[in-house]
Amino acid sequence: MNRHWEVLFDFARRPSSGTKREVQAALIALLLSLAFGSALMLVVGKSPATVWWAMLSRTATTPYVLGQVLYKATALVLTGLAVSVALDAGLFNIGGEAQLTAGVLACSVVGAALPASTPAIVALPICVLAAAAGGAAIGAAIGILRVTRQAHEVITSIMLNAIVAGMTLWIGNTVLFQGGTTRGPAIAPGAELSLLGLGGSPANAAVLLALAIVIVVWWLRARTTWGQAWLAVGRDVDAARSVGISVGRIQILVMTASGALAGLAATSFVLGHKHAFEEGLGRGMGFLGIAAALLGRAHPIGVGIASLVLAFLSTGGLAVSDLIPKELTEMLQGIVVLAIATAAPWVERNSEGAPA
Amino acid sequence: MIDTLLSLAFLAQVLRIAVPYAFAALGGSITERSGIIDLAIEAKLLFGAFAAAAVGHGTGSAVAGIAAGMLAGMAVAALQVLCSVWLGANQVIVGIALNLLALGGTRFLLQLIFHEGANSPPAPSYGDAVLGNPLIWGAVLASLLIPLAVMRTRWGLRLRAAGDRPDALLAVGVAPGRARMHAALVGGLLSGAGGAQLSLVVGGFSADMSSGRGYIALTMVILSGWRPALAVVGCLVVALSEAIRIQLAGAWIPHELAPQLPFMLTLVVLMIAGGKGRQPPAALGK
Repeated sequence: MNRHWEVLFDFARRPSSGTKREVQAALIALLLSLAFGSALMLVVGKSPATVWWAMLSRTATTPYVLGQVLYKATALVLTGLAVSVALDAGLFNIGGEAQLTAGVLACSVVGAALPASTPAIVALPICVLAAAAGGAAIGAAIGILRVTRQAHEVITSIMLNAIVAGMTLWIGNTVLFQGGTTRGPAIAPGAELSLLGLGGSPANAAVLLALAIVIVVWWLRARTTWGQAWLAVGRDVDAARSVGISVGRIQILVMTASGALAGLAATSFVLGHKHAFEEGLGRGMGFLGIAAALLGRAHPIGVGIASLVLAFLSTGGLAVSDLIPKELTEMLQGIVVLAIATAAPWVERNSEGAPA
Repeated sequence: MIDTLLSLAFLAQVLRIAVPYAFAALGGSITERSGIIDLAIEAKLLFGAFAAAAVGHGTGSAVAGIAAGMLAGMAVAALQVLCSVWLGANQVIVGIALNLLALGGTRFLLQLIFHEGANSPPAPSYGDAVLGNPLIWGAVLASLLIPLAVMRTRWGLRLRAAGDRPDALLAVGVAPGRARMHAALVGGLLSGAGGAQLSLVVGGFSADMSSGRGYIALTMVILSGWRPALAVVGCLVVALSEAIRIQLAGAWIPHELAPQLPFMLTLVVLMIAGGKGRQPPAALGK
């Protein structure tokens, strides 16, 4: 076998610490996805090297594209963290779509209800809290159904995704939409977040909120007993129960917090960019958050990096739409998730004997 | 109104709407009974619909389209088995990944083969035909035979054992992974047929044309307590409510909420009865 391949496999097989394994899994998944993407580029008759280079260089040199990546990553970090904290506690929150939509609805309705003269110092926190509360309500419902009625969270999440989408459209059509548009009333000017001014892109100050949340989640997980309790529930429910952790309560709390995180992504869309409710705002970000959480190996910093990578892949695809059809990068999202789902247990198996 | 609802044409409409759901629910039941969480039904429907339309367009034969749709469903199932059974990936994640892949993948193929963004060129269409549409007959036949096969044949016994007691199956010398693979492949064929009905009734594929039907079918599987015959009955009720909605165009419920009725109903059932009443296969997802 070629020497280079041996090195690659050695790297993948060597027993290693938990963190190292997670990084390996993520890198292998990323390489696999890039390889698949390159193969697809060959299928459409383009040289992968040219396309990848164009994607990188155009993103790096065009402020507008860079801003788009940042805008997308802002939402992705939050929906990704939502999935990731639930995974920590052994729960699979795929209701990000519903939670984000509820956040968008709550944030924009509350923002529009505020008097136009409300100062930013009052309006901003209220709108941010409303976004979190909207998502939290859906998350709590999923958690409560799971704990008290033993209804699997994946099933209830799927149903709530559909129900909330329908409900929101109905509310929009009956009360919110203004004169034939699919746009609701504008929020109070005080609640608007300022743009970062990257080439007219919608990248806005919500990115700071996302950064702060990454740090808070990291701190909660690593430095507080509450974080330890939620990680313990994820590792072994019975063990957690036997040391006196109230498992049901933790599960409901984590699902509520998870929903709140997904809801917070609404701040970037509503407060930072559209300044009103719009049909379909943020759609798809909840689902893509699953990819961010998995690729980031459910670690706050990892999720942050994964969000940037995924935002680059999907926005970069638009930047090179003259070279490849944009459907190609849409397809890559599924491939990334499939690759990480397969790479993680493979790395796990091939490093047996390592400390967990 | 009563006249409309009792007419033969209305009955035919209910049947036409029910076919994709019924096929998907049967395929999902088999796959889930063997121990694989079948979140990828949506992907099987979507790829099945695309393949049926593409091959139907290319050959001019609807029957060839059906065969292609079924094979496409089976191919998705094969990928699902490869990742989740043989490579040990999490079944839920694989299902979600395949659904994402189907959404982007069918659009990519649409662009690649037909240079179209949203719709395929016309394929043969069964239209309103009931007697002339083999998929409707196939669905009726499958609804009768699949539950029997699951409960009364050796193949069915093995697939149920793979889902309930894989260790027992192993003890009698059958690899649970193989039993699961066989079940999932048959399930893929069935779901793929459901996809073929979607595109061959209207005579063409359009992006995201499965629009959540796979999830509704899965909901019916769960609501039925993993009993295929009962799941088909659930699908008939879904199709009936959908047909009534088309006839009465938003008279009794806002049109935005009507498609969500099956989900709301299931959620209410879960709230009242809880998830434990309907026992899933013991080793589902393991």
